[in-house]
Amino acid sequence: MPTTAPAAPAPDASAASAPGLADVTASDSTLRRFLHGLPGVDAVGLEARAASLGTRSIKTTAKAYALDLAISMVDLTTLEGADTPGKVRALGAKAVRPDPTDRATPSTAAVCVYPDMVPFAREAVAGSGVKVASVATAFPAGRASMAVKLADVREAVAAGADEVDMVIDRGAFLAGDYLKVHDEITAVKEACGASARLKVIFETGELSTYDNIRRASWLGMLAGADFIKTSTGKVAVNATPANTLLMLEAVRDFRAQTGVQVGVKPAGGIRTAKDAIKFLVLVNETAGEDWLDNHWFRFGASSLLNDLLMQRQKLATGRYSGPDYVTVD
Amino acid sequence: MEKRTSAFEYAPAPESRAVVDIAPSYGLFIDGEFAEAADGKVFKTVSPATEEVLSEVAEAGEADVDRAVRAARKAFETWPALPGAERAKYLFRIARIIQERGRELAVLETLDNGKPIRETRDADLPLVAAHFFYHAGWADKLSHAGYGPDPRPLGVAGQVIPWNFPLLMLAWKVAPALATGNTVVLKPAETTPLSALFFADVCRQAGLPKGVVNIVTGDGRAGAALVAHPGVDKVAFTGSTAVGKQIARTVAGTRKKLTLELGGKGANIVFDDAPLDQAVEGIVNGIFFNQGQVCCAGSRLLVQESVHDEVLDALKRRVSTLRLGDPLDKNTDIGAINSAQQLARITELADRGEAEGAERWSPACELPEQGYWFAPTLFTNVTQAHTVARDEIFGPVLSVLTFRTPDEAVAKANNTPYGLSAGIWTEKGSRILAVANRLRAGVVWSNTFNKFDPTSPFGGYKESGFGREGGRHGLEAYLDV
Repeated sequence: MPTTAPAAPAPDASAASAPGLADVTASDSTLRRFLHGLPGVDAVGLEARAASLGTRSIKTTAKAYALDLAISMVDLTTLEGADTPGKVRALGAKAVRPDPTDRATPSTAAVCVYPDMVPFAREAVAGSGVKVASVATAFPAGRASMAVKLADVREAVAAGADEVDMVIDRGAFLAGDYLKVHDEITAVKEACGASARLKVIFETGELSTYDNIRRASWLGMLAGADFIKTSTGKVAVNATPANTLLMLEAVRDFRAQTGVQVGVKPAGGIRTAKDAIKFLVLVNETAGEDWLDNHWFRFGASSLLNDLLMQRQKLATGRYSGPDYVTVD
Repeated sequence: MEKRTSAFEYAPAPESRAVVDIAPSYGLFIDGEFAEAADGKVFKTVSPATEEVLSEVAEAGEADVDRAVRAARKAFETWPALPGAERAKYLFRIARIIQERGRELAVLETLDNGKPIRETRDADLPLVAAHFFYHAGWADKLSHAGYGPDPRPLGVAGQVIPWNFPLLMLAWKVAPALATGNTVVLKPAETTPLSALFFADVCRQAGLPKGVVNIVTGDGRAGAALVAHPGVDKVAFTGSTAVGKQIARTVAGTRKKLTLELGGKGANIVFDDAPLDQAVEGIVNGIFFNQGQVCCAGSRLLVQESVHDEVLDALKRRVSTLRLGDPLDKNTDIGAINSAQQLARITELADRGEAEGAERWSPACELPEQGYWFAPTLFTNVTQAHTVARDEIFGPVLSVLTFRTPDEAVAKANNTPYGLSAGIWTEKGSRILAVANRLRAGVVWSNTFNKFDPTSPFGGYKESGFGREGGRHGLEAYLDV
């Protein structure tokens, strides 16, 4: 199995060929030395900074803009064992037209489903510009053989997924087997081909320390991730302002060093418009305006969209209408 | 989605001024009553952000100071005789009223001082309340403070405070004085008298006995009269080193006890293994908090040469995101300089830095036309021989120096007439302890900066003064031990 970048680079040039970092992945020891040489993270300081950005007051025109921007960044997600084609079709319809009472409401960025549901999602969003994302690679545990993971990815891409959300092997990462994680990501990236963008999920709650999250972020980007993503939404601790801030710092620094821009996707636990806006402030003041776009920033969420819509209606009408004025799915 | 061109600009989010009712004029607060100055003199206090006149305040002369000290002396006959638990009740009551009126006081402080509402609301006011709560807890436990079974108060405390944290410095002074059984005559700074006068109202609301707290407003002459008054038993001063020296001369040879909390030129030392993103936050907080008008500001950045460029790039990027403007806007990071006089001093020192060959940098930043403003400024290529590395600027101006080894960092950090604060940034715990032990500074922060807590003593070495405020150590300054 090749451990280098795919032969035909995708439009977002692969990071492994980035100047100065090409030889970092030459061996286990060079990769380890590089990742452990990254600046440390002071947990108290990081959380304090995230909290202080959370006190920015976003009102009136800025709020209206932020709500629409947040809606356009949602990866509307259903990842349940009980998912049916009907459920996925409903989700797709909602992604395309989140608020039937106001056609000016932007569509969400994507719908995110399991690989077997990709064809139904594809059909539901056809022609709308809404992307179909699929969680592959034995989501959410990632505990399967490489062959199974790659087959999962290929199936999703063949069925029409525009984006693949892969989980990394946290066991290998925690065991310090960074090159293995790197090679898995590279292989999955190759399986995505030129058409699908790859989001790499670290499951930050399981990586446990901020130092690990920074290392995982760089590892993912070195291996060619198009997006780095906090979590599956299936564990106790998912996206937090602090871990997202840290990943935003990583993509900012990575672009400064390599010229390659990578997206960020916090997922799980972001339920209110207020929270979403706090994340947008983090993006704005950490990575910068270049990331304030659904090509570079996403929210992995299911219930967030309805709160965004209710807040949007409130801003438009001056009245708070309540949950029966938005669709349940 | 169609690509939008407009940036994510935050709309103005000003805090309402309506929560605070500023009267057109205020008297002196003596023996529980507001009264005009004996000679009827007044002065104006203005909002530094707009130059708008906020109110007229009585200007105390010697006769007024004398009246205030007499009132405090009379109150000292009964106040320390109260059981500690009774005094504690008043302090707890004051603390709770401060919390209840927190929004009003935060807006008032922002108007009078020019600092952002973000800081008055999130830093000053919570700390003010915390100081009263903390010292309320000591009032009935003084026999357990380590100063003998029955430590006695000193008498009348004459306290002179600065304009950079008007209400917080008041709390640092008044809370321990009252907890230990002293009575108080306090002179706030002439540019920021309003929050002290509102505090007088808080005292009345709390039912504090008359004369226990007296507030005399005025300029340096009122302060000098207070310090020199023979009826004062204890002098506490926070402010400039020059004034501190004058006070020390005045008090020398008298039986008065004295504590001084003066200037500083704090070193913020960044080692090459520091958590860089957090270090940059700490550097920003160290020098741009309260527009740099902080005696313990980290105004000298000492960066290890190997990470100098990286740190400076990150720092400039971060400073470019600071938002300067209307202090009442909740999104403002940098407010106005407190007075025209202070702005002139900052401007002069910054110009001298440039003239001496240091490299000056400020982000692209529009300054409002009205009011007193100074853009956040960095000086690089600074050496120990530059004025900007030696003199306290007391403004948003950071001098950046470099070092190669821990020994050099310590030598440069200590090479200052001051010794109030220092910061160390490194991921290596043993280095924190080794370096902190060798720094001649009253407070050494590691991997953080400008953290305050009433339980933690604060004070300086050398020209930064003597005595400690806060914690168990701070009580000593108000007890006969």
